[in-house]
Amino acid sequence: MRRIISVLIENESGSLARVVGLFAQRGYNIESLTVSPTNDNTLSRMTITTDVVDNATLEQMMKQLHKLVDVLRVSELTQTPHVERELLLLKVRTLGSEAREEVKRTSDIYRGQIVDITQNLYTIQLTGAGAKLDAFVATMDESSEIVEMVRSGVCGIARGDKSLRA
Amino acid sequence: MEMLSGAEMVVRSLQDEGIEHIFGYPGGSVLDIYDAIFQSDEIEHFLVRHEQAAVHMADAYSRSTGKVGCVLVTAGPGATNCITGIATAYMDSIPLVVLSGQVPTFWIGDDAFQETDMIGVSRPVVKHSFSCRTAEDIPKAIKKAFYIASTGRPGPVVIDLPKDVQNPLNKFPYEYPESVSLRSYNPTLSGHKGQIKRAVAALVSAKKPVLYVGGGAIIANASKQVLQLAEKLNLPVTNTLMGLGAFPGEHEQFIGMLGMHGTYEANRSMHNADLIFACGARFDDRVTNNVDKFCPNAKIMHIDIDPTSISKNIHADLPIVGSVEVVLQQMLDLIDETKASNDSKDIAAWWDQINEWRAKDCLAYQTSDTHIKPQQVIECLYKVTKGDAIVTSDVGQHQMVAAQYYPFKEPRQWINSGGAGTMGFGLPAAMGCKIAFPDRPVVCVTGDGSIQMNIQELSTCMQYNIPVVILLLNNRSLGMVKQWQKMFYGGRQSHSYMDSVPDFVKLSEAYNHIGIKVDTIDELEPALTRAFELKDRVVFVDVAIDPEEHVYPMQVKFGSMEDMYLSKTEQTDA
Repeated sequence: MRRIISVLIENESGSLARVVGLFAQRGYNIESLTVSPTNDNTLSRMTITTDVVDNATLEQMMKQLHKLVDVLRVSELTQTPHVERELLLLKVRTLGSEAREEVKRTSDIYRGQIVDITQNLYTIQLTGAGAKLDAFVATMDESSEIVEMVRSGVCGIARGDKSLRA
Repeated sequence: MEMLSGAEMVVRSLQDEGIEHIFGYPGGSVLDIYDAIFQSDEIEHFLVRHEQAAVHMADAYSRSTGKVGCVLVTAGPGATNCITGIATAYMDSIPLVVLSGQVPTFWIGDDAFQETDMIGVSRPVVKHSFSCRTAEDIPKAIKKAFYIASTGRPGPVVIDLPKDVQNPLNKFPYEYPESVSLRSYNPTLSGHKGQIKRAVAALVSAKKPVLYVGGGAIIANASKQVLQLAEKLNLPVTNTLMGLGAFPGEHEQFIGMLGMHGTYEANRSMHNADLIFACGARFDDRVTNNVDKFCPNAKIMHIDIDPTSISKNIHADLPIVGSVEVVLQQMLDLIDETKASNDSKDIAAWWDQINEWRAKDCLAYQTSDTHIKPQQVIECLYKVTKGDAIVTSDVGQHQMVAAQYYPFKEPRQWINSGGAGTMGFGLPAAMGCKIAFPDRPVVCVTGDGSIQMNIQELSTCMQYNIPVVILLLNNRSLGMVKQWQKMFYGGRQSHSYMDSVPDFVKLSEAYNHIGIKVDTIDELEPALTRAFELKDRVVFVDVAIDPEEHVYPMQVKFGSMEDMYLSKTEQTDA
């Protein structure tokens, strides 16, 4: 089961290493991890996507995260309405005007933006849920040559009144 | 405000924290702190012979007193030598503060001489860690470290102290914080009221209850509550290896230790119970045996201060997060208030069944005309010390035999490395206890494998005159390894035999201690009597025991709790 865990943690040196170390040492899987300071810069917000075999593992994972002295709050996003987004930057080779047209068209359909061009390369920026990014990458892979790719990993937030605060 | 250097702040902060004893080893990165210690009259420092021993000493000092143990070591190897000790304390939830030196901040990352990332190396085995990058960080870090180490589920905390931060030439205003609060760390002490009600209701309606008490009850100082609850409801009580002493070992309601080498009656009671009430125990694999076959008919109630311990290995039907002491007191109050009681007929029938299992007398053993049995040694130790000694142990057969045959009267009397299983723990542990309790008899029960893992501490004993008794159950082999090889590896004794065991009597004498060799059963009691009469000397009693003796009962691998080998020839019906 894919799960998204949000963590509010003290923004101190070593905090990230504790979280990553915990996952490594207990054999938990991290599919993606994003971290950055919040509006209160003494706090960092992490979004971890993971794949767990059952709810007991998820529960233990969340309890273990909460046990870290630096961690203030832990919550799971996927079981309630939430928004999740990921940023993709994709560099593709475009030989000839027809190929460039095709890349531009596909990017537009996915509401991507071309953020850099050279004579032979287009760099496209795209945001969305992971599945949309996957689909876009697959399409581009068919129509052009992917030179380089980077994804930010998932950022997530609960919909509605629910909030994760200190 | 008083102006102090970083090094002076370390020592003053420890004094202001009430630290009287510290264990350690100097080196380049902590010379300034050692210079400040030299000038302090309030802190007594013990110089060990290996840093691992310093941590075990501080650890056992803490286990026997309930105070936080404190260690000071230098950077690099000084720090990494502590790791086994820190891991040992971590596994058994023992509060420690380990201060380790570090290369100057401006060298960090340059692979400087004796540079090791101690924060990184220790991360998986500490509760928390701090790195002080300025002198002004020091008092706050030390205050927080002691607070974190000693509250909630206790554990070791490491403080990394770069050398330039200690610089005696730079003075800063010193103030030790009076209190500390951390927004991200608030351990729960009292139990949820609804859960307390449900727990009392479940407990009084159980027909076959068992109170399963672990080390958490000792750490929380909950023995009084355990005893009251057990007596009020006439409950059978079993202790884990870490919980021994939490409930008096000679109490009529004590059914012995449970688990891998637990008693027949304890393991069968667990398996057949309808309610298991775990108090500060964590359903360790050495207790549960095969979790899929674990106690099929029992409802599980579980108090633990650490939520991760609950439903980790065994699902808890009724979890209560909180301190064992506080939660049990809440339950006792509610029982008094509501005059709740269980059905004495049901409980009497349950006791009849348990007593039938007890009659099996699973700890009975065959004596021999030619060999001293390890069980005899521990029984003799119990007799000579009248059950009043603080007993530390190493790890292996001798540890299990000590746990089985020395009924501990009170908490903090049995000091062993339960979670980590650290050989070499026993001698420094005994030293830590003796420093804490100079007037009590302290004995290290050990084996010929384990004792040689920290035997250099005989030198520390000599320097500070720490008169512990070392009781060596010498079978000239790694007994527990050999037992497994005999039982499960076709008897192939791969590297479990030691044919170069030293003359321990001469070795003791080399350190100006007293060594006594015991080869026959007649020599045993006089030797032990003499050992404890020589109150101001270290006495090393080397007892030649039967090398073929195994530890029983022993749970059958992959079986349920009640599947046990009872002797070399007898096994319960699978």
